[in-house]
Amino acid sequence: MRHIIAVLLENEAGALSRVVGLFSQRNFNIETLNVAPTEDPTLSRLTVTTSGSDRVIEQITKQLNKLIEVVKLVDLTEGEHIEREMMLIKLKATGQHRDEVKRTVDIFRGQIVDVSSSIYTVQLTGDQGKLDAFIAAIGETYVLETVRTGVSGIARGDKVLSI
Amino acid sequence: MEMLSGAEMVIRSLQDQKIEYIYGYPGGSVLHIYDALAQQEQVKHILVRHEQAATHMADAYARASGKPGVVLVTSGPGATNAVTGIATAFMDSIPMVVICGQVPSTLIGEDAFQETDMMGVSRPVVKHNFAVKHPSEIPGLIKKAFYIASSGRPGPVVIDIPKDMTTPTDKFEYSYPETVSMRSYNPATRGHSGQIKKAVELLLAARRPVILVGGGAVGGKATAEATELAKTLNFPVSNTLMGLGGYPSTDRQWLGMPGMHGSYEANMALHSSDLILSIGARFDDRVTNATEKFCPTAKIIHIDIDPSSISKTIAADVPIVGPAKSVLIEMLALLAKSGKQPDADAISSWWSQIDQWRERHGGRYERNEGGMLKPQQVVEALYQVTKGDAYVCSDVGQHQMFAAQYYKFDKPNRWINSGGLGTMGFGFPAAMGVKLHYPEAEVVCITGEGSFQMNLQEFSTCSQYGIPVKIVCLNNHSLGMVRQWQDMNYESRHSQSYMQSLPDFHKLTDAYGHKAITVKTEAELIPALEEAFALKDELVFLDIHVDPTEHVYPMLVPKASMRDMWLNKTERT
Repeated sequence: MRHIIAVLLENEAGALSRVVGLFSQRNFNIETLNVAPTEDPTLSRLTVTTSGSDRVIEQITKQLNKLIEVVKLVDLTEGEHIEREMMLIKLKATGQHRDEVKRTVDIFRGQIVDVSSSIYTVQLTGDQGKLDAFIAAIGETYVLETVRTGVSGIARGDKVLSI
Repeated sequence: MEMLSGAEMVIRSLQDQKIEYIYGYPGGSVLHIYDALAQQEQVKHILVRHEQAATHMADAYARASGKPGVVLVTSGPGATNAVTGIATAFMDSIPMVVICGQVPSTLIGEDAFQETDMMGVSRPVVKHNFAVKHPSEIPGLIKKAFYIASSGRPGPVVIDIPKDMTTPTDKFEYSYPETVSMRSYNPATRGHSGQIKKAVELLLAARRPVILVGGGAVGGKATAEATELAKTLNFPVSNTLMGLGGYPSTDRQWLGMPGMHGSYEANMALHSSDLILSIGARFDDRVTNATEKFCPTAKIIHIDIDPSSISKTIAADVPIVGPAKSVLIEMLALLAKSGKQPDADAISSWWSQIDQWRERHGGRYERNEGGMLKPQQVVEALYQVTKGDAYVCSDVGQHQMFAAQYYKFDKPNRWINSGGLGTMGFGFPAAMGVKLHYPEAEVVCITGEGSFQMNLQEFSTCSQYGIPVKIVCLNNHSLGMVRQWQDMNYESRHSQSYMQSLPDFHKLTDAYGHKAITVKTEAELIPALEEAFALKDELVFLDIHVDPTEHVYPMLVPKASMRDMWLNKTERT
């Protein structure tokens, strides 16, 4: 099963490489990974999506917790949560197809953020499924380039991941 | 406040940490530190002949004393040579602080002379590592390194110090912190009371229990409590390879070691048990055999300071995260308060079953009457001559298993071996590290001619500092354990497992100014050992020729359960 694990770690050189190293060293799988400083500049927040049996996920959270620079973590998929990913995608938009692309972008509530005579560059935010569905709706032949941020997540309600 | 250079801070911090010995090898990046070292006497330095030996010496000192060992090496090859020793300590959870030089920070990343990314290279085999970014950080980082290395589940910590952090003319305010606190690192200080209560209920209800004592009980200084618990309950005990000495091996309740080369009775008892209380044992693959067939009727209580060791390979029914000592003290108090005992009839019939297993095998082996010595009988003779009270530092291979099986350890911290990583070349420097700190104790290295040649250069270090260890080399002219597997699994094709062109160990030992004794017959064995141990101030190398065809038994049958064993070359359970 797919899990989204959110990690607060010390914002120090090399901390990220310990997390990434742990995954490869112990044969855990990383599907997406993103990291950025938080409102507290001494802390970074990292979100990793991974998959595995309950036993593997338990090991992943325990091994992550064992890293000295990991301050706190939560498996967001254990409770209600919101997940978002942002994608920038360059689409071929010529002739009669140009209108169809625009309509599809509107349906998915994307924004065209750059235009040329033959190309639309689109920004789209949503969960992974929505982004995948957009690409499918546009048709891969029209996709020139994609860049995705990887998943970010946060718990619903009063739950807060902080120190 | 005192103004010191980074180099002086390194040495002063070690002084303030009350470090007596460090082990190392100088080189370009650490010259400032070595110069500061030379200007004081409190911290003594042992110059090894290869950095790997420095790490094993520090590691073995830590295993024998329970205090962290300290290593100082230069950048590049100095650091990479230390990696095997760091990994050895990591796998066995041994506290160690390794200070590595690094090229000046201005050159990092430019492929400078003797530059290696030691932070990257060591990352998978350390508990933590630090890179110094400013000289004033040095005392704080050293304090943190000792704290991290020794607390929680211990392990090695590397400090990478670029040369320009130690420049003698750049002075900064020095103060050594009294305490450390880290918001991201807070190891458990006691177990969960509810879980401990549940565990005690299971112990009282058990009918076929086994207590498994691992390296965590030894490292956690909980062996007296483990012994008291076993005695209180009259439960059988098995010590893992890392736990040997954690429960006295000469006691009636001791079953022997579990696992790959465990005793028949320990493996049978574990397989048939209804409850296993693991005290700091991590259910390593060399213990469990096939995990899906592991002890099918047993419930598991697992005490470990490291939560990630619990339910990693074998699911625990009652996990208890905490220091073994405090958890056991709580358990003993609860037991005493309950005033209850396990079902006496059930435990007594469990003991009769175990006694039957003991009769079936009991560690017996056949001697070659009048022929070549068997390695087992050499270990038995060593036990006899040292009255079971030596520090035994082992290398890796058949001799290691024979030593583990036939030297009966009654005290913890006496059996010093590379259990997790299985590092050949560990034994000799390990013995040196122990002897240096315990000059009055008998310290012996059990080795083979294969392992010994991986660090024999340390003969020279022993000459320099007068370290009179005794080396018992079980010379079978072959890589015995490899050969055994080839006999059993590869139709005796001995691919690269035999030793051609062995040195004349007698002459070799002579060349370094030590004494050698060659032993080929049973009649020579005890007198040779007695002579060696009578020479208190001399390193003695005993080249003992043993039967190369001997195998270590029992041996678990691959991919099977713990009750599936080869008992000798022809008999299987």
